[in-house]
Amino acid sequence: MKKLMKGNEAIAEAAIQAGCKCYFGYPITPQNEVPEYMSWRLREMGGVFKQAESEVASVNMVYGAGAAGVRAMTSSSGLGIALMQEGITNLASTQVPAVFLNVMRGGPGLGTIQASQADYNQMTRGGGNGDYYLPTYAPSTLQEACDLIQKAFDTAFKYRTPVGVMVDATIGNMMESVDIKENVQPDPSIPDVNEWCIRGGRREDGSVHRIKGLFNVPEECEAFNEELAKKYDKIRENEVMVDIKDCEGADVVIVAYGTTARIAKQTMKLGKENGLKIGMVRPQTVWPFPYDELREACRDAKGVLCAEMAIDQLLQDVKLALEGTKPIATYHRLSGVMPSANDMYDACVKLAKEAK
Amino acid sequence: MFIVKVNPDYCKGCGLCIDLCPKHIMAMTGKINDKGMDLAECAKPEDCIGCKSCAMTCPDAAITIEKQ
Amino acid sequence: MGEMIYKRTDFLKARPTHYCPGCTHGLEHKLVGEVLEELGVIDRSIMVISVGCSAPAYDYANVDNIACLHGRAPATATGVKAALPDSIVYLHQGDGDLLSIGLDETISAAGRGENITVVFANNNIYGMTGGQMAATTLIGQKATTCPAGRDPHLDGYPMKACEMIATLTAPKLVARTALYDIPHIIQTKKILKKAFQNQIDKKGYSFVEILSTCPTNWHMSPQASMEHVKNEMEEVYPLGIFKDED
Repeated sequence: MKKLMKGNEAIAEAAIQAGCKCYFGYPITPQNEVPEYMSWRLREMGGVFKQAESEVASVNMVYGAGAAGVRAMTSSSGLGIALMQEGITNLASTQVPAVFLNVMRGGPGLGTIQASQADYNQMTRGGGNGDYYLPTYAPSTLQEACDLIQKAFDTAFKYRTPVGVMVDATIGNMMESVDIKENVQPDPSIPDVNEWCIRGGRREDGSVHRIKGLFNVPEECEAFNEELAKKYDKIRENEVMVDIKDCEGADVVIVAYGTTARIAKQTMKLGKENGLKIGMVRPQTVWPFPYDELREACRDAKGVLCAEMAIDQLLQDVKLALEGTKPIATYHRLSGVMPSANDMYDACVKLAKEAK
Repeated sequence: MFIVKVNPDYCKGCGLCIDLCPKHIMAMTGKINDKGMDLAECAKPEDCIGCKSCAMTCPDAAITIEKQ
Repeated sequence: MGEMIYKRTDFLKARPTHYCPGCTHGLEHKLVGEVLEELGVIDRSIMVISVGCSAPAYDYANVDNIACLHGRAPATATGVKAALPDSIVYLHQGDGDLLSIGLDETISAAGRGENITVVFANNNIYGMTGGQMAATTLIGQKATTCPAGRDPHLDGYPMKACEMIATLTAPKLVARTALYDIPHIIQTKKILKKAFQNQIDKKGYSFVEILSTCPTNWHMSPQASMEHVKNEMEEVYPLGIFKDED
């Protein structure tokens, strides 16, 4: 039922309603309400909350619980997610499902505690070693954040992989009314965890389950990498999510996600009022990125405006999608300074004029 | 009578069992296995008192003892 | 057929280990395996494997097991126990894993009183990576990163895990033992049994530090290594029960 909630708490509740049984986290602004909420609510629901000694410990606790086939998650902000990178690549290599919430703040380094989208590369290109990816959702409203954190658990268990959900401090800290789906059952297509998870002792046939990523024989590691690559291809094929608005015959298409995309809606209105048709392509998954959908949506556009709260990170994927077929302009504000719909509109006007 | 068996697949000829046998009857066989290791054996089973020292100290769980 | 008075523990798979001749890692696995069998909990045991010479123990453990990142076994075990509170976890860690990169995880898990059993193979060296100095390396002991012998002014003094952990309130059993003769092997097994019994009874955290050998990187024979433990190591790392509460 509808409730007015704060983003961080709504996301935590949604995770619990999707069967999250274990949460391990560490304080870091701007996501402190997640562990705070979990510390009483998760225990109330019979789950386990542990405050870890660091984000490095958090991700490795998630690994232990996930290895037992349990829905486990952690949350942090960019700095903490940076500390978790070794843990994330380990989850990818051991094929243990887990969910990571990144409530982004200004960077680099300590940066600011306010909103930013400058962890785009961190989430989509990853900071861990080896050939792996972190499928990542990028919601822009509290309702969507609740829906996508629930979907993230299903994706994690369907493909046995870590999955990220990234919002920024604005979404984490603002209040909106949300209607959280309750007691969500796992997607039936998810394979039975008992085929791989550890439980203790041995199976009836005397075999044991082991969760490990180290290989003694190079050929075995290579073969495993080839298999993992097929998994990522399957995720690219089946899990792309993108929201496309008013791109038919658009003069300019804005590419934006998260909070920036919400502000871009205002810019689109300004366009309507002033006779400039502005469409938007809003990736809901930033990995796998909607390359084909973006290219198709921009077919009629004179130019594409890449709007983000970072410097030219989303831009790389926009360029990959368009491959030089359209002029691209960029607009950004950083480190908690919110983008302005009017400035974004002026950028669209300038782009449309120059593109003729 | 005790039968002390040293499994050649596991024994690496470290010799720790030789030191701790109170009857000093554990010894190297002198035969080198395919892994290039000399193996231990109970040289005088008739003197074995079944104290299990050899088996307890073996770091590779290579020794089993049977009481007849 | 007579009566088997000593058989190979079923905790170990029927295959040889990669450990060097005389290395005590295998002996520690064997003793823990025998203890778990005697306590009748093999069917819910999980080996939590660290990074070091024992990292490939996933080839030997004949129970479910999980290989952890370097230093993170106590955190991973915390997650395992959160998901499987009735499982019996056996953490096997070396000095690099437990006292250097994983010191925070070690002390924090002990501080929280996680219901786990940590077996600490203290052999004063980084074995897997070829003999580098560890936090536990003795003063004057040579290693590949202190070739002239550990100099306290440059590399500090040996760190004592039991003494540190015993200052914490939550741990129930904190003990240091050795393996250089039969009485000490029997004592080690007795302490291991008590440590795992604590876990079965959900009393909380138990820590067993075992003075271990590394013949290869100490450049000693297995016998000389055991003598070294008795004569040199024990002086720096006194054996004993540092904490034993119900």
